[in-house]
Amino acid sequence: MPAAESYPDGLKYHREHDWARIEGDEATLGITWFAVDALGELVHYEPPREGATIAKDSPYGEVESVKAVSDVVAPLSGEVVEVNATVVEAPETVNDDPYGEGWLIRIRLTEPTEVDDLLDVEAYRSFLGEQ
Amino acid sequence: MSHLSLTERDRSEMLAAIGVDSIEELFVDIPETLRLRRPLALEPALSEPELVRHLEELAGRNVHTGRELSFLGAGMYDHYVPAVVDALLARGEFLTAYTPYQPEMSQGVLQAIFEYQTVICELTGMDVTNASGYDGTTVAADACYLAKGTTGRSKVVVTEATSPQVRQVVKTYAPGFGLEVIEVPHRDGVTDPEELRSAAEGAACVVFQHPNFFGCLEPAPELAAAANDAGALPVAHVDPLSLGVLEAPGAYGCALAIGEGQGAGNPLSYGGPHYGFLAAKTEYTRRMPGRIIGETTDVDGRRGYVLTLQTREQHIRREKATSNITTNQTLLALAGLTYLSWLGPDGLREVGETCMALAEYAKERLDLPLAFPQQATFKEFAVAVGRPAREVIRAARAQGVHPGYALGRDYAELDDALLVAVTEKRTPEDIDRLAEVLGP
Amino acid sequence: MKLIFEKSQSGRRASSLPHHDLPVPEIPEELRRSQPPRLPEVAEPELVRHLTALADRTFGIDTGFYPLGSCTMKHNPRVNERVVNLPGFRDLHPHQEVEGSQGALELMWRLQEILGEVAGLDAVSLQPAAGSQGELTGLMLMRAYFAERGEERDTVMTADTAHGTNPASVTMSGYKLQKVGTDDRGNLDLDDLRSKVTERTAGLMLTNPSTLGLFDEHIEEVARIFHDAGALLYYDGANLNAVCGISRPGDMGFDIVHYNLHKTFSQPHGGGGPGGGPVAVRSELEPFLPVPAVVRRADGFDLDFDRPLSIGKVRGFTGPFGVFVRAYAFIRAYGPALKEMSEVAVLNANYLLARLRTAYELPFDRLPMHEFVLSARALKREHGVTALDVAKRLMDYGFHPPTIYFPLIVPEALMIEPTETEAKETLDAFVEAMLAIAREAEVTPALLKEAPHSRPVRRLDEVKAAKRAVVKFGFDEHPDLSLEPSEPRALEAQKGA
Repeated sequence: MPAAESYPDGLKYHREHDWARIEGDEATLGITWFAVDALGELVHYEPPREGATIAKDSPYGEVESVKAVSDVVAPLSGEVVEVNATVVEAPETVNDDPYGEGWLIRIRLTEPTEVDDLLDVEAYRSFLGEQ
Repeated sequence: MSHLSLTERDRSEMLAAIGVDSIEELFVDIPETLRLRRPLALEPALSEPELVRHLEELAGRNVHTGRELSFLGAGMYDHYVPAVVDALLARGEFLTAYTPYQPEMSQGVLQAIFEYQTVICELTGMDVTNASGYDGTTVAADACYLAKGTTGRSKVVVTEATSPQVRQVVKTYAPGFGLEVIEVPHRDGVTDPEELRSAAEGAACVVFQHPNFFGCLEPAPELAAAANDAGALPVAHVDPLSLGVLEAPGAYGCALAIGEGQGAGNPLSYGGPHYGFLAAKTEYTRRMPGRIIGETTDVDGRRGYVLTLQTREQHIRREKATSNITTNQTLLALAGLTYLSWLGPDGLREVGETCMALAEYAKERLDLPLAFPQQATFKEFAVAVGRPAREVIRAARAQGVHPGYALGRDYAELDDALLVAVTEKRTPEDIDRLAEVLGP
Repeated sequence: MKLIFEKSQSGRRASSLPHHDLPVPEIPEELRRSQPPRLPEVAEPELVRHLTALADRTFGIDTGFYPLGSCTMKHNPRVNERVVNLPGFRDLHPHQEVEGSQGALELMWRLQEILGEVAGLDAVSLQPAAGSQGELTGLMLMRAYFAERGEERDTVMTADTAHGTNPASVTMSGYKLQKVGTDDRGNLDLDDLRSKVTERTAGLMLTNPSTLGLFDEHIEEVARIFHDAGALLYYDGANLNAVCGISRPGDMGFDIVHYNLHKTFSQPHGGGGPGGGPVAVRSELEPFLPVPAVVRRADGFDLDFDRPLSIGKVRGFTGPFGVFVRAYAFIRAYGPALKEMSEVAVLNANYLLARLRTAYELPFDRLPMHEFVLSARALKREHGVTALDVAKRLMDYGFHPPTIYFPLIVPEALMIEPTETEAKETLDAFVEAMLAIAREAEVTPALLKEAPHSRPVRRLDEVKAAKRAVVKFGFDEHPDLSLEPSEPRALEAQKGA
């Protein structure tokens, strides 16, 4: 079942509709309910390779529904430590649980100060209100 | 004008509904400076009988295969197109439908393309193919683009024994694709796997035609292995009519199989329209250009067919699409499906064997030295005629026989070589006549 | 309905081939076919019935109204099918000597002359196999032109209303893409344009009228901006049906034009193709056109391969000749009255709009040309009914739906192009259906959301198709996809077309 609309506290958000869960010098990244809802049921996830470097504000992968393709934009820079194989196998996991089981990658942060540029949940909600 | 249903009364009612007095008012947004205020400088309209007469006059000045005994091949072949292909075209639905974006309106076309995809995969030993490419030359460019996207490499290798037009089209597309094209020369009418192996170092793909432009059978499994050794995708350019007797590229290590479909179900038609095919192993599915039809079910569980994996294509992925192709060659491909269904597996094997048997008979009867005597051939072979082949062709045509293609048009060192094609439409008597005309 | 493979029986065969008492040479073992291909095994009666059943499940222009925007689904004259099958055309080998192909070469040369006149440009190549290939050819011509002049230009601009082929072609030709916006009158945004054109701009790709069906009111200024920057203008001929004999792209300032012979000039669409995408150019670009060129000499027609600056070949031989025969025959049947074709196309579109604009929203309130774009946005907002639902319900009324969800700048878009060959009664019936559907949206929206009800299948699960990717018959291992239920949420989740 697709998840109901939500934007959890405790996550940081990026204007390209990505979220980050900061865990020390690592972060888990994914896409928000808003992005998932716009795409519809995901049918494909094209992840980066483990060990690859990603740069803030640049695309690191792609998600696809039947009718649309979207770049997934990195909210933070880092080295890819793990790719969520569950989502590669079953992309609709992101629709069901975008912030939990539907995480996309985990990275080791290379520029931790970038976290300060991200939005907290109120700022993101208000950004969404302007869309 | 017979295509327009508009009467004067219709016109006035419609203008009234729009709220204008004349059609001219509908063009007010076009600046006067851009209005063409004279009639188009075109010849006066022809009524239907006059039109037919004019086209008959033009057609009458073409020497077609009904007027001349022809052994011309070199990429396009006078194979028999069965009457049942006309049954496909007799109904206007296939002829006049467009791309099946609304699948509920187009289940017939969609299922037919799915069946076509199946037969192409069966012929080539591959897992996926598209709903057709433009022709046998552009699919080679498609294959190179796919290989570059997959491997990240920018060099492509093509054998010199591959059709000159295929090579020329690849070279035309290459600058825009950012590709470097390397050719591997033929050695006595075929390609040397060792030479290919060195050339393929760092290449995205290797394209080789088999049977090649000279009609010779290449050491295809070794060429594929040489490409694979170098990490380059082996791409075999194959003749569908040969695939009843020759091994499927998918069975000897090729990543892609491409080719020209004309011989399988389309008339010659002075070079087009025809259909090209590009088939691949399953791992290349997401990089395939062109439309792909997939099976699914509807809300009631009924089986049905839809365009699938559309996110590869231009209407969704736009500038990052696997290709810009939209309109393809569907109707010609469906003629191909009809033809291959008419043949069946035994018929396909038989047509290949018949061509080979007749070609062998021709080699004996012509009593001319073969240009590549060491090589096995399929339905075409090159003979050395002792003087520029162009002159031999001219002399033979004066006697009502077109003896074949002058290889000197594309290969300077083969100016005296004539490429003779023998299809199942030729008879031993036809070949005897050719021998007579080319004789001493 | 069964697949032909499910109707096959081992030992059946439709074909008969001549037999000769000649030995078949042996193929070297390593090259020999090991497993025969599993082609259908049917006799002729089953094959014909199968084709007929497939035709019964296909809707073409011959069946009914087919108003796909920018596709120009006009009637395909039957006389064209007769003449394309004349043996002198059908059975002519493309390698036939020039002396033996004079009729074909003359037809091509005359078609070139006609197309040059229609576009108001100087030279034509018929070689490209489709509109997309024409676009790519045009971009290759641009590259060659600037390379010859020693100018480094790396960017091509397209409109944000452009058909997806435009940006796809830009990438395939090695150019970088830049988009220009549309203003609220549906014209190119001139300020946006001026800010983006530089000395690195190679050109603009544009269709005029646009995919909104609107003639760009500033096209002369647009041309001036690009030409002043030394750049070229490329005309996407998809919408040429609106302006034949009325306004010429060459006069508008375009330097390269491609035609869609399967749109404007009646080549039948064939279920997706074939088509033809010839290009016309201003004389400065002629040397770069593909080889061979079809030329007229003192003593007849010829193929000219001596074009040292040519970009090369984009397709085999001289192009899709059978398509040329039909396009030529179509135009010869009209003569200069080709203008009337465009006039009636524009009249029919305006008539439909006049009668539909009360029930559907018109985002750009201007006089359209041969097509127009409505939005079903209000229906979605008020009744939860989308453009997709309207399209599916139209099928129950016996019409092929218009294009939906394009151009991208219009939400819930319905892009309607009737063409000139439709009778007023057909247009009226379509209007009645669209008005009825708008009422149904209000009163019985479920009828729309579950449409179509009258086709061989109901709505198909495209999510399942993408995930399972069953793209050929599996013979013994063919999966039964009905065992995997179509989840309602999967169908609901197919937002957009």
